[in-house]
Amino acid sequence: MVQSQTGADGLGSIPALLERNVAQFGTSPAYREKEFGIWQSWSWADTAKEIEALALGLINLGVNEGDFIAVIGRNRPYLYWSMVAAQSVGAIPVPLYHDANAEEMAYVLGHCGARFVIVADQEQVDKVIEVQDQLHQFEHLIYLDARGLRKYDHSHLHEFSHVQNQGRAAYDEFIEDLKSRQAKLTHDSTCVMLYTSGTTGKPKGVVLSNRNVIETARSSSEFDGLRQNDEILAYLPMAWVGDFIFSIGQAYWTGFCVNCPESTETMMTDLREIGPTYYFAPPRVFETQLTSVMIRMEDAGKLKKRMFDYYMAHARKVGPDILDANKVSAWDRWKYFLGDLFVYGPLKNTLGLSRVRVGYTAGEAIGPEIFDFYRSLGINLKQLYGQTEATVFITAHPDGQVRSDTVGVPSPGVEIRIADNGEVFYRSPGVFVEYYKNPESTADTKDSEGWVATGDAGFIEDGSGHLRIIDRAKDVGKMESGAMFAPKYVENKLKFYPDILEAVLFGNGKDRCVAFINIDLTAIGNWAERNNIAYASYQELAGHPRVLDTIQEHVEVVNRSVAEDPMLSGCQVHRFVILHKELDADDGEMTRTRKVRRRIVEEKFADIIGALYDGSPKVSTVTEVTYEDGRKGSISATLELRDAAVVPVTQKVAAE
Amino acid sequence: MEDGYTTADGRKIGAVVMEMKNITLRFGGVVAIKDISFDIREGEIRAIIGPNGAGKSSMLNVISGFYVPQEGEVWFHGAPRPQLRPYQVAQQGIARTFQNIALFEGMSVLDNVMTGRLTQMKSGLFAQAFWKGKAEAEETANREVAERIIDFLEIQSIRKTPVGRLPYGLKKRVELARALAAEPKLLLLDEPMAGMNVEEKEDMSRFILDVNDEFGTTIALIEHDMGVVMDLSDRVVVMDYGKKIGDGTPEEVRSNQDVIDAYLGVSHD
Repeated sequence: MVQSQTGADGLGSIPALLERNVAQFGTSPAYREKEFGIWQSWSWADTAKEIEALALGLINLGVNEGDFIAVIGRNRPYLYWSMVAAQSVGAIPVPLYHDANAEEMAYVLGHCGARFVIVADQEQVDKVIEVQDQLHQFEHLIYLDARGLRKYDHSHLHEFSHVQNQGRAAYDEFIEDLKSRQAKLTHDSTCVMLYTSGTTGKPKGVVLSNRNVIETARSSSEFDGLRQNDEILAYLPMAWVGDFIFSIGQAYWTGFCVNCPESTETMMTDLREIGPTYYFAPPRVFETQLTSVMIRMEDAGKLKKRMFDYYMAHARKVGPDILDANKVSAWDRWKYFLGDLFVYGPLKNTLGLSRVRVGYTAGEAIGPEIFDFYRSLGINLKQLYGQTEATVFITAHPDGQVRSDTVGVPSPGVEIRIADNGEVFYRSPGVFVEYYKNPESTADTKDSEGWVATGDAGFIEDGSGHLRIIDRAKDVGKMESGAMFAPKYVENKLKFYPDILEAVLFGNGKDRCVAFINIDLTAIGNWAERNNIAYASYQELAGHPRVLDTIQEHVEVVNRSVAEDPMLSGCQVHRFVILHKELDADDGEMTRTRKVRRRIVEEKFADIIGALYDGSPKVSTVTEVTYEDGRKGSISATLELRDAAVVPVTQKVAAE
Repeated sequence: MEDGYTTADGRKIGAVVMEMKNITLRFGGVVAIKDISFDIREGEIRAIIGPNGAGKSSMLNVISGFYVPQEGEVWFHGAPRPQLRPYQVAQQGIARTFQNIALFEGMSVLDNVMTGRLTQMKSGLFAQAFWKGKAEAEETANREVAERIIDFLEIQSIRKTPVGRLPYGLKKRVELARALAAEPKLLLLDEPMAGMNVEEKEDMSRFILDVNDEFGTTIALIEHDMGVVMDLSDRVVVMDYGKKIGDGTPEEVRSNQDVIDAYLGVSHD
């Protein structure tokens, strides 16, 4: 058989990797899922049989090569198999976000023209049925969980296990067809199509080839030394590129085991039971875990609390150095060992992170305190920077060089270029093929030489070679002096304080920066309770002089830290105000995903910004608000504007 | 009607499982139930509604065999039912939940659900205490049934949580789980939605419909929330001051003048 265009060892597709895994480690577990309170497991050999039965069943239902098969549901082995089965019959899997509403699904299903949809349960079946009239190419719906579906019209509805059974029954009839379809798969065949969530405009279908996925999986697995006996917990949305790379790309490349939680709510318990060795979570998850640890420590006994405080202080001092294999005195190591015995070990066990060898966080900036907390415990938490269009990996932290303020060095095979306006461009084997049915967007994003625009502004740090992401490129501006204005950079530093919920920085084209602050009602409210400060509303608490003092301290600390950065020292906050209302999506000030809409905030509160710049000590303002039920009202307030100390900058404007 | 009927949504309702024949129940001089007759058919969801003090809970207690009526007979599977002890009722395939939750607060959800399996356990005290021989296999089998119900009612995340720490809505669901663990033919629900918020009510309604659909369980329930009752049930008995004032499909009952009067009040002129 001639196998052109395949990988070095003929491993040009996921089904080919599956075949290799069966041959090499057929009896080791490939998937586990907790069901009925017990971890059920499937070896690589079992997996191959299940996938084969499904693939035959799909052929039996009439799947053609090049068809799109949508997959919708939470992480379950069956749905991962569906994607691989789709690939083996020459179709293209399209995982969708299972929490998407029916209209969003209609758009995506219509855009790719999916003939087949494989879903988890009744909820998803209902959504697809609701929009099926808009879908001209849609034909068959396959579901996993039969509950509640008994009375549905089954002319186009099939139960997953029945499709498999029909596939098994038709083995002799279709096996040759299946084999010949599989043999046609090459490095250039489409591996998967993933829709980007689309913060701007309609979602775009990112086409990733087998080369993209397998090459990326190979190089990233080597980069982190992933092993066949690693364990991961698959709990992030299947439609997200990260999950596809971790749970399919890397899992099939290295042959490690993918564990699926019992339900979304049991994720923390399941994490503890599995104890993954390779773990990924967005910053939010780490934050929530840390908060719950801290709250429980507040309630712990005196002795425990003292031990925790004492050893955590020690861990903060030497933990990261020990993890990075830096020089640490024998005495400190001994103390760290004791700490591990009494505090860190049990704590990691409670968090389910005892066995983590490689941990990643990405998606947004993670607070340095949170990051350092996990690292000081000895958990190898790192950051990576990636995109769907790059098949995830653009940069990542190598072991031993981990810092909270960078996103690491270019991943193997990735080239990075910084444009004149600061925008980061990359080129790699993982660069996507195209946006499906959207050549204009493809051309806008990817140039003829294969360089892809990230839309983020950043720079490569001198010396370390690490990439630092500053902000979205379109938000980055210049100050009057010509210094760079990167609002998100300062806002993130402010938001790392639990007291500050939201911050908005202004100063594009101006001589200095000013900021709006939203306090976090939970954190400040808790503080007020402990300090016997009575308050009736958010507004009252926000205007309390002691709250203002606290926030001023935070702002000044942030100013000192911003000043240390020669390129961004111009972004120090000269004056700030604590807003009398929380920025809210109902008022259009934020998106539904809680991202600030700068332009609207700037227009709406123009009077306050004016007052911040003209130096007045107070400003009276009236703001219109929309209540949840759509009624409108207004809040009037007199706000105190505060000056914050700034560190004088020796005029060394970034002249690059 | 003799051999059952088909509901609007296409479910087949079977023969009469239980029949109340002229039931009268007195507590001393107070007449709680006065000469009431109705039947419950296999596979249906049968609701008993009425204003406060109408005698609904007493009726349910008669069905469950906890109260013995002074007059009238309860026919079960075509024969008059003798007076039974509670465990005998359970063995006949009747399980119930309570208006005021009656769970073991200190035990985990799983253990509470497992108590619903007690009537199915045959091994002796010693075998169970030492977990030897038959007891081991028996517990495994029963645990599987319990786990399927936990999965069905989506309470996996609280499996090991002591019931006392759960919010009210979840306790109600655990109680339903325990009743289902007995794999009843007839399930009696005493105000399954009392004190719940709208979302919890919707969840519970969904589960009740699913239980009926999935396991074919016959369900008799008492409920205050008229909207819920009308949506859920196939047939409704309406009681007022211990008397039956209406019986039929939700539509029939809704347009019954006596029922409207009982619920909205009527002027005595």
